[in-house]
Amino acid sequence: MSGGDAARGAPRDPEAEARMQRFINGFMQGVPHLALLGIRYRRHGDIWAELELPYAPQLVAYPESGVIASGAIFTLMDSASGFSVFVARGRMEPHATLDLRCDYLRPAAPGASVIGRAECFKITRQVAFVRGIAHDGDESRPVAHVTGTFMFTAPA
Amino acid sequence: MNAPLPPYGGLLGLCDGPGGEMRMPFSPGLIGAPGRLHGGAIAGLLELVAHRTVLEAIGAGVQLKPINVTVDFLREGRLEDVMAAATILRLGRRVANVRAEAWQADRARPIAAARLNILVVRPA
Repeated sequence: MSGGDAARGAPRDPEAEARMQRFINGFMQGVPHLALLGIRYRRHGDIWAELELPYAPQLVAYPESGVIASGAIFTLMDSASGFSVFVARGRMEPHATLDLRCDYLRPAAPGASVIGRAECFKITRQVAFVRGIAHDGDESRPVAHVTGTFMFTAPA
Repeated sequence: MNAPLPPYGGLLGLCDGPGGEMRMPFSPGLIGAPGRLHGGAIAGLLELVAHRTVLEAIGAGVQLKPINVTVDFLREGRLEDVMAAATILRLGRRVANVRAEAWQADRARPIAAARLNILVVRPA
């Protein structure tokens, strides 16, 4: 993972950064399934993005323990991964998930928000490669680890 | 006899289909990018149908824990119902290896396919 907030490479044009922020705000409000799960934007850097999934009873998969569904974490990580592709490309051009693997390292603590952080570490002409983790407060104790690939699609 | 759906399955609006299949009727809350379903909702459906299929094969009393899932997104999910079914490749004492597929109008044209490893915790 890229360390901290320090941007890599050349500093980005502030106007481009403002455009990206406007896009993010609009994007987050405009995705119904993220709204359904309560997933929201946290922050991003040059090649990474962080989203947050606040705890909610309707996300539970194991009512006896209150642990949330792995599927909700998958959705969080798919979205954070897709987001990292947008910021790494610096363009809001569409892409689609080709595949995503999620290792569920341990159950998320009941009641805790889950934070998904993904990094787009390689971009080719047609494909973006992403890795990421989900954690519930302590980045050094992740609840999930993902790797995925995204295909660039032609603008609609 | 079907295992009860967890709250997350209710949030996705899942219901039973024929022969152990599950159905995710289209609803606006499943939309991701404009005009297509969110891949995460399809993945959630695949995980739930896989878990249910294993539970029904083993019977009551076991606890299942997801180890990992790999989802291939094969086609875009149109704004229509999604069906899903799972096949158990191997059911061991500790691990179930499962494959699951999701489709819309035509089962021969799946929109997503998943492979799952699920930990089976049997009563001592």
